[in-house]
Amino acid sequence: MSVDRATVHRIAKLARIAITEEEAARLEGELSGILDWVAQLDEIDTADVPPMTRVADMKMKMREDVVTDGDCADDIVANAPEADDDYFVVPKIVE
Amino acid sequence: MQETVEKNDLLIAGETGDWEVIIGMEVHAQVTSNAKLFSGASTGFGAAPNSHVSLVDAAMPGMLPVINSECVAQAVRTGLGLKAQINLTSIFDRKNYFYPDLPQGYQISQYQQPIVGEGEVIVDLLDGTRVVVGIERLHLEQDAGKSLHDQHPKKSFVDLNRSGVALMEIVSKPDIRSSEQAKAYVSKLRTILRYLGTCDGNMEEGSLRADVNVSVRRPGDPLGTRAEIKNVNSIRFIGQAIEYEARRQIELLEEGGEVVQETRLFDAKTGETRSMRSKEEAHDYRYFPDPDLLPLELTQDWVDSLKSDLCELPDEKRERFIRDFGLSPYDASVLVAEKERADYFEAVADGRDGKLAVNWVNNELFGRLNKEGLGITDSPVSADQLGKLIDLIADDTISGKIAKDVFDILWTEGGDPAEIVETRGMKQVTDTGAIEAAVDEVIAANPDKVEQAKEKPQMIGWFVGQVMKATQGKASPQAVNALLKDKLGVEE
Repeated sequence: MSVDRATVHRIAKLARIAITEEEAARLEGELSGILDWVAQLDEIDTADVPPMTRVADMKMKMREDVVTDGDCADDIVANAPEADDDYFVVPKIVE
Repeated sequence: MQETVEKNDLLIAGETGDWEVIIGMEVHAQVTSNAKLFSGASTGFGAAPNSHVSLVDAAMPGMLPVINSECVAQAVRTGLGLKAQINLTSIFDRKNYFYPDLPQGYQISQYQQPIVGEGEVIVDLLDGTRVVVGIERLHLEQDAGKSLHDQHPKKSFVDLNRSGVALMEIVSKPDIRSSEQAKAYVSKLRTILRYLGTCDGNMEEGSLRADVNVSVRRPGDPLGTRAEIKNVNSIRFIGQAIEYEARRQIELLEEGGEVVQETRLFDAKTGETRSMRSKEEAHDYRYFPDPDLLPLELTQDWVDSLKSDLCELPDEKRERFIRDFGLSPYDASVLVAEKERADYFEAVADGRDGKLAVNWVNNELFGRLNKEGLGITDSPVSADQLGKLIDLIADDTISGKIAKDVFDILWTEGGDPAEIVETRGMKQVTDTGAIEAAVDEVIAANPDKVEQAKEKPQMIGWFVGQVMKATQGKASPQAVNALLKDKLGVEE
Protein backbone atom coordinates (compact mmCIF):
# COMPACT_ATOMS: atom_id res chain seq x y z
CA MET A 1 0.00 0.00 0.00
CA SER A 2 1.45 3.33 -0.92
CA VAL A 3 0.32 6.90 -0.60
CA ASP A 4 0.87 9.32 -3.46
CA ARG A 5 1.55 13.03 -3.21
CA ALA A 6 -2.00 14.06 -4.06
CA THR A 7 -3.36 11.88 -1.24
CA VAL A 8 -0.94 13.47 1.22
CA HIS A 9 -2.21 16.91 0.28
CA ARG A 10 -5.80 15.78 0.48
CA ILE A 11 -5.32 14.29 3.98
CA ALA A 12 -3.55 17.45 5.11
CA LYS A 13 -6.37 19.57 3.79
CA LEU A 14 -9.05 17.45 5.49
CA ALA A 15 -7.08 17.72 8.74
CA ARG A 16 -6.60 21.48 8.23
CA ILE A 17 -2.83 21.18 8.47
CA ALA A 18 -0.72 23.38 6.19
CA ILE A 19 2.27 21.53 4.75
CA THR A 20 5.05 22.54 2.41
CA GLU A 21 6.00 20.59 -0.72
CA GLU A 22 9.15 19.30 1.05
CA GLU A 23 7.09 18.08 3.98
CA ALA A 24 4.65 16.43 1.57
CA ALA A 25 7.52 14.56 -0.06
CA ARG A 26 8.74 13.30 3.32
CA LEU A 27 5.21 12.41 4.49
CA GLU A 28 4.56 10.48 1.29
CA GLY A 29 7.30 8.07 2.30
CA GLU A 30 6.41 8.02 6.01
CA LEU A 31 2.70 7.46 5.52
CA SER A 32 3.33 4.72 2.98
CA GLY A 33 5.71 3.06 5.41
CA ILE A 34 3.18 3.20 8.25
CA LEU A 35 0.38 1.83 6.09
CA ASP A 36 2.58 -0.99 4.76
CA TRP A 37 3.56 -1.89 8.31
CA VAL A 38 -0.07 -1.95 9.50
CA ALA A 39 -1.05 -3.86 6.35
CA GLN A 40 0.88 -6.86 7.69
CA LEU A 41 -2.13 -7.44 9.95
CA ASP A 42 -4.11 -8.33 6.83
CA GLU A 43 -2.12 -11.57 6.69
CA ILE A 44 -4.08 -12.85 9.69
CA ASP A 45 -7.51 -14.31 9.01
CA THR A 46 -9.87 -12.46 11.38
CA ALA A 47 -13.12 -13.45 9.67
CA ASP A 48 -14.50 -15.09 12.83
CA VAL A 49 -12.98 -12.72 15.37
CA PRO A 50 -15.23 -9.94 16.70
CA PRO A 51 -13.59 -6.50 16.80
CA MET A 52 -11.94 -5.77 20.14
CA THR A 53 -13.76 -2.92 21.84
CA ARG A 54 -12.26 -3.08 25.36
CA VAL A 55 -9.21 -4.42 27.14
CA ALA A 56 -10.95 -5.09 30.47
CA ASP A 57 -14.40 -6.50 31.10
CA MET A 58 -16.28 -3.26 31.54
CA LYS A 59 -19.59 -1.77 30.50
CA MET A 60 -20.30 1.71 29.25
CA LYS A 61 -20.88 4.09 32.14
CA MET A 62 -24.10 6.08 32.07
CA ARG A 63 -25.25 9.25 33.77
CA GLU A 64 -28.67 10.20 35.09
CA ASP A 65 -30.62 12.87 33.22
CA VAL A 66 -29.80 15.61 35.70
CA VAL A 67 -28.31 19.06 35.01
CA THR A 68 -25.03 19.17 36.93
CA ASP A 69 -22.91 21.47 34.81
CA GLY A 70 -22.90 24.73 32.87
CA ASP A 71 -23.35 28.38 33.94
CA CYS A 72 -19.67 29.02 33.43
CA ALA A 73 -19.63 31.06 30.21
CA ASP A 74 -16.60 33.06 31.45
CA ASP A 75 -14.57 29.87 31.73
CA ILE A 76 -15.83 28.60 28.37
CA VAL A 77 -14.68 31.66 26.42
CA ALA A 78 -11.64 32.40 28.63
CA ASN A 79 -9.14 31.05 26.10
CA ALA A 80 -10.92 32.24 22.98
CA PRO A 81 -8.74 34.43 20.73
CA GLU A 82 -11.75 36.74 20.49
CA ALA A 83 -14.99 36.88 22.46
CA ASP A 84 -17.82 39.36 22.76
CA ASP A 85 -20.67 39.25 25.25
CA ASP A 86 -19.81 35.58 26.01
CA TYR A 87 -19.95 34.61 22.33
CA PHE A 88 -16.93 33.15 20.54
CA VAL A 89 -16.05 35.51 17.70
CA VAL A 90 -14.61 33.98 14.51
CA PRO A 91 -13.91 35.17 10.97
CA LYS A 92 -17.16 35.42 9.03
CA ILE A 93 -18.51 32.09 7.80
CA VAL A 94 -21.40 32.36 5.39
CA GLU A 95 -22.94 29.79 3.10
CA MET B 1 -61.20 -2.75 11.09
CA GLN B 2 -58.84 -3.52 8.25
CA GLU B 3 -58.15 -0.62 5.95
CA THR B 4 -56.32 -0.84 2.70
CA VAL B 5 -53.14 1.04 2.21
CA GLU B 6 -52.95 2.55 -1.27
CA LYS B 7 -50.40 1.56 -3.85
CA ASN B 8 -48.04 4.44 -4.18
CA ASP B 9 -47.70 5.31 -7.86
CA LEU B 10 -48.17 9.05 -8.25
CA LEU B 11 -46.78 10.58 -11.42
CA ILE B 12 -46.27 14.09 -12.64
CA ALA B 13 -46.45 15.10 -16.26
CA GLY B 14 -43.48 16.67 -18.00
CA GLU B 15 -43.13 17.96 -21.56
CA THR B 16 -42.00 14.58 -22.84
CA GLY B 17 -44.02 12.21 -20.68
CA ASP B 18 -44.64 11.20 -17.10
CA TRP B 19 -42.10 11.30 -14.28
CA GLU B 20 -42.03 9.72 -10.87
CA VAL B 21 -40.63 11.74 -7.97
CA ILE B 22 -38.71 9.75 -5.37
CA ILE B 23 -38.28 11.31 -1.96
CA GLY B 24 -36.42 10.13 1.12
CA MET B 25 -36.05 12.14 4.31
CA GLU B 26 -33.60 12.50 7.14
CA VAL B 27 -35.36 14.11 10.07
CA HIS B 28 -33.29 15.46 12.94
CA ALA B 29 -35.39 15.43 16.09
CA GLN B 30 -34.07 16.95 19.29
CA VAL B 31 -34.42 14.46 22.15
CA THR B 32 -36.49 15.70 25.06
CA SER B 33 -34.16 15.51 28.07
CA ASN B 34 -32.94 17.75 30.87
CA ALA B 35 -29.23 17.32 30.22
CA LYS B 36 -27.15 16.84 27.06
CA LEU B 37 -26.24 13.53 25.43
CA PHE B 38 -22.72 13.29 26.89
CA SER B 39 -22.56 16.05 29.52
CA GLY B 40 -24.47 17.42 32.50
CA ALA B 41 -25.21 20.82 30.90
CA SER B 42 -28.82 21.91 30.41
CA THR B 43 -30.70 21.56 27.12
CA GLY B 44 -33.01 24.54 27.88
CA PHE B 45 -33.81 26.78 24.90
CA GLY B 46 -33.12 30.51 24.74
CA ALA B 47 -30.50 30.83 27.51
CA ALA B 48 -27.72 33.45 27.60
CA PRO B 49 -24.84 32.66 25.20
CA ASN B 50 -22.57 29.80 26.28
CA SER B 51 -24.34 29.48 29.65
CA HIS B 52 -25.54 25.94 28.94
CA VAL B 53 -22.08 24.69 28.12
CA SER B 54 -19.81 22.42 30.11
CA LEU B 55 -16.12 21.91 29.47
CA VAL B 56 -17.10 18.66 27.70
CA ASP B 57 -19.36 20.50 25.23
CA ALA B 58 -16.65 23.06 24.56
CA ALA B 59 -14.23 20.16 23.82
CA MET B 60 -11.61 21.25 26.33
CA PRO B 61 -8.61 18.90 26.33
CA GLY B 62 -8.99 15.82 28.53
CA MET B 63 -12.77 15.97 28.81
CA LEU B 64 -14.54 12.64 28.40
CA PRO B 65 -18.13 11.98 27.30
CA VAL B 66 -20.47 10.03 29.61
CA ILE B 67 -23.78 9.08 28.03
CA ASN B 68 -27.14 10.24 29.43
CA SER B 69 -29.24 7.09 30.01
CA GLU B 70 -32.52 8.97 29.47
CA CYS B 71 -31.45 9.99 25.94
CA VAL B 72 -30.84 6.31 25.20
CA ALA B 73 -34.28 5.43 26.62
CA GLN B 74 -35.89 8.16 24.47
CA ALA B 75 -34.27 6.76 21.33
CA VAL B 76 -35.50 3.26 22.20
CA ARG B 77 -39.04 4.52 22.91
CA THR B 78 -39.02 6.28 19.55
CA GLY B 79 -37.83 3.10 17.85
CA LEU B 80 -40.64 1.15 19.50
CA GLY B 81 -43.12 3.82 18.38
CA LEU B 82 -41.89 3.38 14.82
CA LYS B 83 -42.42 -0.42 15.13
CA ALA B 84 -38.71 -0.72 14.52
CA GLN B 85 -36.02 -3.19 15.40
CA ILE B 86 -34.07 -2.20 18.53
CA ASN B 87 -30.38 -3.06 18.30
CA LEU B 88 -29.12 -4.27 21.69
CA THR B 89 -25.57 -3.36 20.71
CA SER B 90 -24.77 -0.13 18.91
CA ILE B 91 -21.59 1.85 18.36
CA PHE B 92 -20.73 5.55 18.55
CA ASP B 93 -18.48 6.87 15.82
CA ARG B 94 -16.72 10.13 15.15
CA LYS B 95 -17.84 12.01 12.06
CA ASN B 96 -15.00 14.37 11.27
CA TYR B 97 -15.39 17.84 9.81
CA PHE B 98 -14.35 21.37 10.63
CA TYR B 99 -16.77 24.15 11.37
CA PRO B 100 -16.62 26.86 14.04
CA ASP B 101 -19.80 25.63 15.76
CA LEU B 102 -18.29 22.14 16.20
CA PRO B 103 -15.56 22.55 18.82
CA GLN B 104 -14.52 18.86 18.90
CA GLY B 105 -13.72 18.85 15.18
CA TYR B 106 -16.00 15.82 14.98
CA GLN B 107 -19.59 14.99 15.79
CA ILE B 108 -20.23 11.90 17.92
CA SER B 109 -22.77 9.97 15.86
CA GLN B 110 -23.60 6.38 14.93
CA TYR B 111 -22.60 5.06 11.55
CA GLN B 112 -22.72 1.37 10.75
CA GLN B 113 -24.39 0.13 13.93
CA PRO B 114 -27.22 2.48 14.91
CA ILE B 115 -29.40 1.96 17.99
CA VAL B 116 -32.59 1.47 15.93
CA GLY B 117 -33.03 -0.42 12.65
CA GLU B 118 -35.91 -0.80 10.20
CA GLY B 119 -39.45 0.30 11.03
CA GLU B 120 -42.41 2.04 9.42
CA VAL B 121 -44.74 5.01 9.60
CA ILE B 122 -48.32 4.88 8.34
CA VAL B 123 -49.03 8.24 6.73
CA ASP B 124 -52.56 9.66 6.61
CA LEU B 125 -53.25 11.78 3.52
CA LEU B 126 -55.81 14.54 3.16
CA ASP B 127 -58.09 12.49 0.91
CA GLY B 128 -58.32 9.78 3.57
CA THR B 129 -55.93 7.31 1.91
CA ARG B 130 -52.92 5.96 3.80
CA VAL B 131 -49.45 5.03 2.62
CA VAL B 132 -46.67 3.23 4.45
CA VAL B 133 -43.24 4.89 4.56
CA GLY B 134 -40.42 2.57 5.60
CA ILE B 135 -37.89 3.69 8.21
CA GLU B 136 -34.32 2.75 7.37
CA ARG B 137 -32.76 3.55 10.75
CA LEU B 138 -32.64 5.89 13.71
CA HIS B 139 -29.38 6.88 15.37
CA LEU B 140 -28.28 9.10 18.24
CA GLU B 141 -25.88 11.98 17.68
CA GLN B 142 -24.78 15.33 19.04
CA ASP B 143 -26.18 18.62 17.83
CA ALA B 144 -23.74 21.39 16.86
CA GLY B 145 -23.63 24.94 18.23
CA LYS B 146 -25.18 27.93 16.56
CA SER B 147 -23.49 30.63 14.47
CA LEU B 148 -24.88 34.14 14.16
CA HIS B 149 -23.84 36.02 11.05
CA ASP B 150 -25.67 39.30 11.45
CA GLN B 151 -23.88 40.73 14.48
CA HIS B 152 -20.78 42.05 12.75
CA PRO B 153 -19.77 42.80 9.12
CA LYS B 154 -16.63 40.64 9.17
CA LYS B 155 -17.20 38.23 12.05
CA SER B 156 -19.50 35.40 13.02
CA PHE B 157 -20.59 34.85 16.63
CA VAL B 158 -20.70 31.32 17.99
CA ASP B 159 -22.92 30.11 20.84
CA LEU B 160 -22.38 26.51 21.98
CA ASN B 161 -25.57 26.14 24.06
CA ARG B 162 -26.95 23.63 21.55
CA SER B 163 -23.62 21.87 21.17
CA GLY B 164 -23.92 18.33 22.51
CA VAL B 165 -27.71 18.27 22.82
CA ALA B 166 -28.99 14.80 21.82
CA LEU B 167 -30.53 14.41 18.38
CA MET B 168 -32.26 11.44 16.82
CA GLU B 169 -31.63 11.25 13.10
CA ILE B 170 -34.56 9.35 11.62
CA VAL B 171 -33.88 8.16 8.09
CA SER B 172 -36.77 7.09 5.86
CA LYS B 173 -36.59 4.75 2.91
CA PRO B 174 -37.14 6.42 -0.49
CA ASP B 175 -40.85 5.55 -0.28
CA ILE B 176 -42.32 9.05 -0.57
CA ARG B 177 -43.76 10.08 -3.95
CA SER B 178 -45.07 13.64 -3.63
CA SER B 179 -44.71 16.85 -1.66
CA GLU B 180 -48.08 16.16 -0.04
CA GLN B 181 -46.90 12.76 1.16
CA ALA B 182 -43.65 14.27 2.42
CA LYS B 183 -45.53 16.87 4.44
CA ALA B 184 -47.93 14.24 5.79
CA TYR B 185 -44.98 12.00 6.69
CA VAL B 186 -43.30 14.71 8.75
CA SER B 187 -46.62 15.61 10.38
CA LYS B 188 -47.23 12.00 11.33
CA LEU B 189 -43.69 11.53 12.59
CA ARG B 190 -44.07 14.65 14.70
CA THR B 191 -47.38 13.38 16.09
CA ILE B 192 -45.76 10.07 17.06
CA LEU B 193 -42.80 11.83 18.70
CA ARG B 194 -45.14 14.09 20.66
CA TYR B 195 -47.26 11.16 21.84
CA LEU B 196 -44.12 9.40 22.99
CA GLY B 197 -42.80 12.57 24.64
CA THR B 198 -39.41 11.97 23.04
CA CYS B 199 -39.25 15.25 21.04
CA ASP B 200 -41.41 18.35 21.40
CA GLY B 201 -41.60 18.70 17.60
CA ASN B 202 -41.23 22.46 17.77
CA MET B 203 -39.99 23.43 14.30
CA GLU B 204 -39.74 27.15 15.11
CA GLU B 205 -37.15 26.42 17.79
CA GLY B 206 -35.36 23.95 15.54
CA SER B 207 -36.36 20.85 17.53
CA LEU B 208 -37.34 19.17 14.26
CA ARG B 209 -35.48 19.77 10.99
CA ALA B 210 -35.50 17.82 7.77
CA ASP B 211 -33.00 17.06 5.02
CA VAL B 212 -34.93 16.08 1.91
CA ASN B 213 -33.49 13.82 -0.81
CA VAL B 214 -35.22 14.30 -4.14
CA SER B 215 -34.72 12.49 -7.44
CA VAL B 216 -36.92 11.84 -10.48
CA ARG B 217 -37.17 8.94 -12.90
CA ARG B 218 -39.29 7.53 -15.68
CA PRO B 219 -41.76 5.01 -14.23
CA GLY B 220 -40.07 1.62 -14.03
CA ASP B 221 -36.54 3.00 -14.45
CA PRO B 222 -33.81 2.62 -11.79
CA LEU B 223 -33.41 5.46 -9.27
CA GLY B 224 -32.13 8.76 -10.68
CA THR B 225 -29.38 10.94 -9.24
CA ARG B 226 -30.58 12.74 -6.13
CA ALA B 227 -30.06 16.18 -4.71
CA GLU B 228 -30.15 16.70 -0.96
CA ILE B 229 -31.93 19.79 0.32
CA LYS B 230 -30.49 20.62 3.75
CA ASN B 231 -32.16 21.84 6.90
CA VAL B 232 -35.69 22.68 5.83
CA ASN B 233 -37.39 23.89 8.98
CA SER B 234 -41.13 24.00 8.34
CA ILE B 235 -43.63 21.57 6.90
CA ARG B 236 -44.80 24.13 4.35
CA PHE B 237 -41.24 24.76 3.19
CA ILE B 238 -40.66 21.01 2.82
CA GLY B 239 -43.56 20.94 0.34
CA GLN B 240 -42.33 24.01 -1.55
CA ALA B 241 -38.74 22.77 -1.71
CA ILE B 242 -39.83 19.42 -3.18
CA GLU B 243 -42.18 21.01 -5.73
CA TYR B 244 -39.43 23.32 -6.92
CA GLU B 245 -36.66 20.72 -6.91
CA ALA B 246 -38.70 18.06 -8.77
CA ARG B 247 -39.65 20.57 -11.48
CA ARG B 248 -36.05 21.75 -11.75
CA GLN B 249 -34.76 18.21 -12.24
CA ILE B 250 -37.49 17.28 -14.76
CA GLU B 251 -36.81 20.40 -16.84
CA LEU B 252 -33.09 19.75 -16.68
CA LEU B 253 -33.45 16.14 -17.85
CA GLU B 254 -35.98 16.97 -20.55
CA GLU B 255 -33.57 19.53 -21.98
CA GLY B 256 -30.94 16.79 -22.21
CA GLY B 257 -29.06 17.82 -19.08
CA GLU B 258 -28.00 15.74 -16.09
CA VAL B 259 -28.77 16.03 -12.39
CA VAL B 260 -25.65 16.50 -10.28
CA GLN B 261 -25.48 14.81 -6.89
CA GLU B 262 -25.09 17.76 -4.54
CA THR B 263 -26.28 19.52 -1.43
CA ARG B 264 -28.78 22.32 -1.99
CA LEU B 265 -30.28 24.98 0.19
CA PHE B 266 -33.94 26.04 0.20
CA ASP B 267 -34.46 29.79 0.08
CA ALA B 268 -37.77 30.55 1.81
CA LYS B 269 -37.90 34.05 0.27
CA THR B 270 -37.83 32.89 -3.36
CA GLY B 271 -39.23 29.37 -2.86
CA GLU B 272 -36.23 28.03 -4.82
CA THR B 273 -33.39 25.66 -4.06
CA ARG B 274 -29.80 26.54 -4.90
CA SER B 275 -26.49 24.75 -4.89
CA MET B 276 -24.35 24.90 -1.73
CA ARG B 277 -20.95 24.73 -3.38
CA SER B 278 -19.00 25.33 -0.18
CA LYS B 279 -19.89 21.86 1.14
CA GLU B 280 -18.99 19.98 -2.03
CA GLU B 281 -15.65 18.58 -0.99
CA ALA B 282 -16.50 18.19 2.68
CA HIS B 283 -18.08 14.79 2.19
CA ASP B 284 -15.13 12.76 3.41
CA TYR B 285 -16.13 12.38 7.05
CA ARG B 286 -13.58 9.66 7.87
CA TYR B 287 -15.86 7.91 10.35
CA PHE B 288 -14.22 5.71 12.96
CA PRO B 289 -15.42 4.24 16.29
CA ASP B 290 -15.07 6.80 19.08
CA PRO B 291 -12.31 5.47 21.36
CA ASP B 292 -13.78 7.40 24.31
CA LEU B 293 -16.98 5.35 24.25
CA LEU B 294 -17.59 1.66 24.76
CA PRO B 295 -20.30 -0.04 22.71
CA LEU B 296 -23.80 0.85 23.89
CA GLU B 297 -25.28 -2.39 25.21
CA LEU B 298 -28.93 -2.75 26.20
CA THR B 299 -30.75 -5.69 27.72
CA GLN B 300 -33.95 -7.07 26.25
CA ASP B 301 -35.55 -6.78 29.71
CA TRP B 302 -34.89 -3.06 29.79
CA VAL B 303 -36.26 -2.60 26.27
CA ASP B 304 -39.34 -4.64 27.24
CA SER B 305 -39.92 -2.51 30.33
CA LEU B 306 -39.80 0.66 28.20
CA LYS B 307 -42.21 -0.98 25.78
CA SER B 308 -44.71 -1.86 28.49
CA ASP B 309 -44.70 1.77 29.67
CA LEU B 310 -45.43 3.24 26.21
CA CYS B 311 -48.64 5.23 25.85
CA GLU B 312 -51.28 4.36 23.27
CA LEU B 313 -49.96 5.55 19.90
CA PRO B 314 -51.94 7.54 17.32
CA ASP B 315 -52.64 4.61 14.98
CA GLU B 316 -53.93 2.43 17.81
CA LYS B 317 -55.99 5.26 19.23
CA ARG B 318 -57.46 5.89 15.78
CA GLU B 319 -58.44 2.23 15.43
CA ARG B 320 -60.02 2.26 18.88
CA PHE B 321 -61.98 5.44 18.18
CA ILE B 322 -63.35 3.92 14.96
CA ARG B 323 -64.21 0.67 16.72
CA ASP B 324 -65.53 1.90 20.07
CA PHE B 325 -67.14 5.21 19.14
CA GLY B 326 -68.23 4.41 15.60
CA LEU B 327 -66.24 7.31 14.13
CA SER B 328 -65.36 7.65 10.46
CA PRO B 329 -61.66 7.07 9.68
CA TYR B 330 -61.39 10.74 8.70
CA ASP B 331 -62.85 12.05 11.96
CA ALA B 332 -60.67 9.67 13.95
CA SER B 333 -57.54 10.83 12.09
CA VAL B 334 -58.36 14.48 12.76
CA LEU B 335 -58.75 13.76 16.48
CA VAL B 336 -55.62 11.69 17.01
CA ALA B 337 -53.33 14.09 15.09
CA GLU B 338 -52.91 15.88 18.41
CA LYS B 339 -52.94 13.95 21.66
CA GLU B 340 -54.64 16.77 23.56
CA ARG B 341 -57.48 16.80 21.02
CA ALA B 342 -57.94 13.05 21.34
CA ASP B 343 -57.96 13.32 25.15
CA TYR B 344 -60.50 16.14 24.99
CA PHE B 345 -62.74 14.15 22.66
CA GLU B 346 -62.52 11.10 24.87
CA ALA B 347 -63.56 13.10 27.93
CA VAL B 348 -66.55 14.47 26.00
CA ALA B 349 -67.54 11.13 24.48
CA ASP B 350 -67.21 9.18 27.73
CA GLY B 351 -70.60 7.54 28.31
CA ARG B 352 -72.18 9.49 25.45
CA ASP B 353 -72.93 9.07 21.75
CA GLY B 354 -69.55 9.11 19.96
CA LYS B 355 -70.86 10.50 16.69
CA LEU B 356 -72.67 13.38 18.38
CA ALA B 357 -69.55 14.06 20.43
CA VAL B 358 -67.22 14.06 17.40
CA ASN B 359 -69.51 16.44 15.52
CA TRP B 360 -69.35 18.92 18.33
CA VAL B 361 -65.63 18.53 18.95
CA ASN B 362 -64.42 18.41 15.31
CA ASN B 363 -66.87 20.91 13.82
CA GLU B 364 -68.17 23.36 16.39
CA LEU B 365 -65.28 23.43 18.82
CA PHE B 366 -62.29 23.06 16.43
CA GLY B 367 -64.00 25.40 13.96
CA ARG B 368 -64.30 28.08 16.60
CA LEU B 369 -60.80 27.48 17.98
CA ASN B 370 -59.30 27.74 14.48
CA LYS B 371 -61.22 30.90 13.77
CA GLU B 372 -59.87 32.53 16.90
CA GLY B 373 -56.37 31.09 16.51
CA LEU B 374 -56.51 29.06 19.72
CA GLY B 375 -55.18 25.60 20.53
CA ILE B 376 -57.23 22.91 22.20
CA THR B 377 -55.56 23.55 25.54
CA ASP B 378 -56.74 27.20 25.39
CA SER B 379 -60.37 26.21 24.82
CA PRO B 380 -62.69 28.38 26.91
CA VAL B 381 -65.23 25.53 26.86
CA SER B 382 -64.11 22.53 28.91
CA ALA B 383 -64.73 18.92 27.92
CA ASP B 384 -67.02 18.66 30.95
CA GLN B 385 -69.15 21.60 29.82
CA LEU B 386 -69.36 20.35 26.24
CA GLY B 387 -70.30 16.88 27.50
CA LYS B 388 -73.13 18.28 29.60
CA LEU B 389 -74.35 20.32 26.63
CA ILE B 390 -74.47 17.16 24.53
CA ASP B 391 -76.47 15.45 27.28
CA LEU B 392 -79.10 18.17 26.94
CA ILE B 393 -79.35 17.51 23.19
CA ALA B 394 -79.44 13.76 23.70
CA ASP B 395 -82.35 13.88 26.17
CA ASP B 396 -84.27 16.37 23.98
CA THR B 397 -84.07 19.20 26.52
CA ILE B 398 -82.79 21.46 23.74
CA SER B 399 -82.61 21.23 19.95
CA GLY B 400 -79.31 21.15 18.08
CA LYS B 401 -79.94 24.69 16.92
CA ILE B 402 -80.46 26.05 20.44
CA ALA B 403 -77.41 24.06 21.53
CA LYS B 404 -75.29 26.26 19.28
CA ASP B 405 -76.59 29.30 21.12
CA VAL B 406 -75.80 27.66 24.45
CA PHE B 407 -72.33 26.81 23.13
CA ASP B 408 -71.84 30.46 22.25
CA ILE B 409 -72.78 31.48 25.80
CA LEU B 410 -70.42 28.86 27.24
CA TRP B 411 -67.65 30.22 25.02
CA THR B 412 -68.10 33.87 25.96
CA GLU B 413 -69.52 33.75 29.48
CA GLY B 414 -68.93 30.22 30.76
CA GLY B 415 -71.32 28.53 33.17
CA ASP B 416 -73.25 25.30 33.52
CA PRO B 417 -75.18 24.28 30.39
CA ALA B 418 -78.27 23.02 32.27
CA GLU B 419 -78.44 26.18 34.34
CA ILE B 420 -78.06 28.42 31.27
CA VAL B 421 -80.87 26.60 29.50
CA GLU B 422 -83.08 26.77 32.59
CA THR B 423 -82.54 30.41 33.55
CA ARG B 424 -82.71 31.74 29.99
CA GLY B 425 -85.81 29.75 29.03
CA MET B 426 -84.09 27.92 26.18
CA LYS B 427 -85.72 24.56 26.82
CA GLN B 428 -87.21 22.84 23.86
CA VAL B 429 -91.00 22.99 23.78
CA THR B 430 -92.26 19.44 23.60
CA ASP B 431 -95.75 20.36 24.78
CA THR B 432 -97.70 19.50 21.64
CA GLY B 433 -100.50 21.90 22.58
CA ALA B 434 -98.22 24.92 22.36
CA ILE B 435 -96.54 23.67 19.18
CA GLU B 436 -99.89 22.88 17.60
CA ALA B 437 -101.08 26.41 18.28
CA ALA B 438 -98.01 27.79 16.51
CA VAL B 439 -98.47 25.40 13.60
CA ASP B 440 -102.14 26.35 13.23
CA GLU B 441 -101.23 30.01 13.27
CA VAL B 442 -98.68 29.64 10.48
CA ILE B 443 -101.09 27.55 8.36
CA ALA B 444 -103.92 30.04 8.86
CA ALA B 445 -101.71 32.97 7.87
CA ASN B 446 -100.47 31.37 4.65
CA PRO B 447 -103.31 29.76 2.71
CA ASP B 448 -101.47 30.12 -0.62
CA LYS B 449 -98.45 28.25 0.66
CA VAL B 450 -100.73 25.53 1.99
CA GLU B 451 -102.08 25.01 -1.53
CA GLN B 452 -98.55 24.87 -2.96
CA ALA B 453 -97.50 22.33 -0.36
CA LYS B 454 -100.11 19.91 -1.65
CA GLU B 455 -98.32 19.91 -5.04
CA LYS B 456 -94.81 20.23 -3.69
CA PRO B 457 -94.27 18.25 -0.47
CA GLN B 458 -90.80 19.75 0.01
CA MET B 459 -92.55 23.04 0.84
CA ILE B 460 -92.90 21.57 4.31
CA GLY B 461 -89.40 22.80 5.05
CA TRP B 462 -90.59 26.36 4.72
CA PHE B 463 -93.38 25.71 7.23
CA VAL B 464 -90.96 24.14 9.70
CA GLY B 465 -88.83 27.26 9.46
CA GLN B 466 -91.78 29.53 10.14
CA VAL B 467 -92.92 27.54 13.17
CA MET B 468 -89.39 27.46 14.58
CA LYS B 469 -89.20 31.20 14.14
CA ALA B 470 -92.52 31.68 15.90
CA THR B 471 -91.29 29.59 18.85
CA GLN B 472 -87.83 31.21 18.98
CA GLY B 473 -86.30 27.90 17.91
CA LYS B 474 -87.49 26.13 21.01
CA ALA B 475 -90.03 23.80 19.42
CA SER B 476 -88.94 20.21 18.97
CA PRO B 477 -88.25 19.90 15.23
CA GLN B 478 -89.52 16.31 15.21
CA ALA B 479 -92.84 17.35 16.78
CA VAL B 480 -93.22 20.26 14.35
CA ASN B 481 -92.55 17.99 11.41
CA ALA B 482 -95.06 15.39 12.51
CA LEU B 483 -97.79 17.94 13.16
CA LEU B 484 -97.23 19.72 9.84
CA LYS B 485 -97.34 16.51 7.83
CA ASP B 486 -100.53 15.60 9.51
CA LYS B 487 -102.22 18.97 9.05
CA LEU B 488 -101.04 19.64 5.50
CA GLY B 489 -101.84 16.12 4.45
CA VAL B 490 -98.33 15.61 3.09
CA GLU B 491 -96.97 12.08 2.89
CA GLU B 492 -93.33 11.22 3.39
